[in-house]
Amino acid sequence: MTQAQAKAEVVLRLDLITKSFGPLRANDAISLTLRRGEVVALLGENGAGKTTLMNILFGHYVADSGEVDVFGQPLPPGQPRAALKAGVGMVHQHFTLAGNLTVLDNITLGTESLWSRGRGRAVARAKVEALARDFGLVVDPMAKVSRLTVGERQRVEILKALYRDAKILILDEPTAVLTPQEAEALFATLRKATALGLSVIFISHKLHEVMAIADRCLVLRHGRVVGEVDTHATDKARLAALMVGGELTLPKAEAKVAGPMLMELQSVSTPDRGPAPGLKAVSLALRAGQITGLAGVSGNGQAALADLMSGLAQPASGTLALNGAPVTQWSPRTAVAQGIGRIPEDRHHTGSIADFDLTENAVLEGYRSRFSKAGWMNWPAARAFAEGIIATYDVRCPGPATRIRLLSGGNMQKLILGRALAPGPQIILANQPVRGLDIGAIAYVQSQLIAARDRGAAILLISEDLDEIMGLSDVLHVMSQGRLSPAFPRGSMSAPEIGLWMAGQGFTEGRHAA
Amino acid sequence: MRLEPIANPSTLRRLGLPALALAATMAVATLLALVAGADPFATLGQIATGALGSRLAVLETLNRATPLIFTGLAVAVAFRAKLWNIGAEAQLYAGAIAAVLLGTGELGSPWVLPVSALAAMLAGALILLGPVLLKTRLGVDEVVTTLLLNFIMLLFVSYLLEGPLKDPMGMGWPKSPALIPEARLPRIVEGLRLHWGFALALIAAVLVWIIQTRTTLGFEIRAVGQNPAAARFAGIPVNRVLLKTALLSGGLAALAGWSEVAGLKGHLSQDLSPGFGYTGIIVAMLALLHPLGVVISALFVAGIFVGSDAMSRTAGVPTYIADMLLATALLFMVLAILLTKMRVVRG
Repeated sequence: MTQAQAKAEVVLRLDLITKSFGPLRANDAISLTLRRGEVVALLGENGAGKTTLMNILFGHYVADSGEVDVFGQPLPPGQPRAALKAGVGMVHQHFTLAGNLTVLDNITLGTESLWSRGRGRAVARAKVEALARDFGLVVDPMAKVSRLTVGERQRVEILKALYRDAKILILDEPTAVLTPQEAEALFATLRKATALGLSVIFISHKLHEVMAIADRCLVLRHGRVVGEVDTHATDKARLAALMVGGELTLPKAEAKVAGPMLMELQSVSTPDRGPAPGLKAVSLALRAGQITGLAGVSGNGQAALADLMSGLAQPASGTLALNGAPVTQWSPRTAVAQGIGRIPEDRHHTGSIADFDLTENAVLEGYRSRFSKAGWMNWPAARAFAEGIIATYDVRCPGPATRIRLLSGGNMQKLILGRALAPGPQIILANQPVRGLDIGAIAYVQSQLIAARDRGAAILLISEDLDEIMGLSDVLHVMSQGRLSPAFPRGSMSAPEIGLWMAGQGFTEGRHAA
Repeated sequence: MRLEPIANPSTLRRLGLPALALAATMAVATLLALVAGADPFATLGQIATGALGSRLAVLETLNRATPLIFTGLAVAVAFRAKLWNIGAEAQLYAGAIAAVLLGTGELGSPWVLPVSALAAMLAGALILLGPVLLKTRLGVDEVVTTLLLNFIMLLFVSYLLEGPLKDPMGMGWPKSPALIPEARLPRIVEGLRLHWGFALALIAAVLVWIIQTRTTLGFEIRAVGQNPAAARFAGIPVNRVLLKTALLSGGLAALAGWSEVAGLKGHLSQDLSPGFGYTGIIVAMLALLHPLGVVISALFVAGIFVGSDAMSRTAGVPTYIADMLLATALLFMVLAILLTKMRVVRG
């Protein structure tokens, strides 16, 4: 902290905030001070209490005890309007914009009086343009929001808060949807904002971003502040240790010699689905003993590729071959029968059935071939299989008769992992296998994938987390608008280079032509 | 106010709330009787006596419960897969027509009963086939198609009874000729007015229960109903499962009409069903879609109907009280079910 900042006025003070949900203490006596012109990061794993704290500040929840002061005035609890009025602006992880309205309309929506519509428009536009210039938030005020990129939409959200004279900006996981370049632009904006006297709370679980942008960092674990550190006087390893409560060990994935080609896509295309692009003449080879990583900003065709590989979609043109033989019949059932282990992107919606118990969820894929005879379910065998997964994959639960909805995300994912890996598949699709998990579960899932690779499986790993992709993949591809980049061997590309491909540049410039 | 899910509802909550719903229904019944100008306790007492007070009353209740068990099972099976079959009434009449077509002819006598039962199930299944194919192929809402088919079927029955199936000896009444004796369901005990349809309904309930809990089809039906996206991903052929569910559901509903014709009436007329198909929805919902629960709730609903008939003859309270009682019972029960899973939270 610099001398000037230490003396700067305190704009926000959270004092001993406590909030419980039933037996769970989401926030336990959390205190936080934010000064003018400062960026404070809230760092913690999923479920550490970051979002709960911000929801209390913003009036969505009422704290059990504790106080919130903004500019020295106590903030009445449970009133989002009061927070807005006091100058607190929040940019949520999921944007709240109307796609069919213009940028200007989205920004002014709700601020103008019902009767004066039209009169203040020119004034509003001038104000938005001035803000955009001052903060480096380049976006056309008359463009329709539905035509904007994700990065541009985020700028609109920030402009929306600034237009309402926010002096304190709260950003909830703002970089989750951005390419590295877009994230860098966001950081530039934040630096301009703090220079102009705004204060920022930056919620994240990405260490390098916190190191890059924050002045101070509050580390939360299980609802408590476990550390408050000056980012200039610490390093990533120490922050990570604070976050998980122990020294962090990332799984080591050392390169191996790749085996034969187990799955091959030759110039496969699939139709677009709404705004999400389908595959555009994608050729891809998955080899035994190799993890193939797929990087890209979400919504660029990864879902189409995952659906194709899991049997939900068929190629509209091109061929899909398994072990050198082109497939003719292709459905989820044939995919499972051909030995493809599939970990779906959304474990709640497609990976499991919430009100089914662990046994029923465990046999969802194999009930017909392995746990029934002539149409009769073999429940004892099914239960034994579920118990085996629970023991082998360390699923923490009361027993196989527990409904899966009662499990934490990590344990749910371990069951799905066990279901996919137990038959020993030769080809594995892992679509965002660690999203939303805590660091312990992440390390476990990743080590299981590496173990599967080491016994000779061909793995396609899809992730939006570049660190994960670069750490685990033996070769990686980048996807942008349904197109697939050439294969890059481990270590041949830097993160910024991959970022350019994610933004679609490699494709248009024709560099690294396939 | 908003609802918050409860992870593990307590036993008190799971048993107390339905009991409370029943008590609330009784309270409403008391009010209804007061409005009709009768002594509420006497009214309720007469409903109970009318349903259970004598051997005749009990047998009448069991007879009335028979078609309700079949339609209740039909609805429970379909709803379990989130296939909204509102058309049990039409499927019931399809079964009744099959019973008449095969039961009044010259079919070899020892085979006529099983053959007409199978034909009835097939007819009911076929009625539901169209709406399900429209749903799976074109995404047409089955609530609309199955509901509208009820009216088409009623008009079709009316046409049959005025035309090709009209009994020439019927003195002009729109009814079909009587079934031959071999095509009738015998009584369970000679001399007592209770036919084998009731026993078949009980067997059907047990069979459906076994299908749902022990077979792959039952597993598939439950999976498709709970989460079709996860079922599809796991490799369950969702559309084929919906088709099988529909065939089962339509067949069960058709047995209601078949057993009414072959067991009770002996012929087909336009008043064969006083809305058994629709009441089956109430029966299934009250039973929480559990096939064995359907038997209990069908007996309850039948008892209310039979009891109310008897009560209105003596106390002069209109029989509409039965419909209102069932409607309130259903509403309170649905509320009780919701509140066992959710709690109301302020703010």
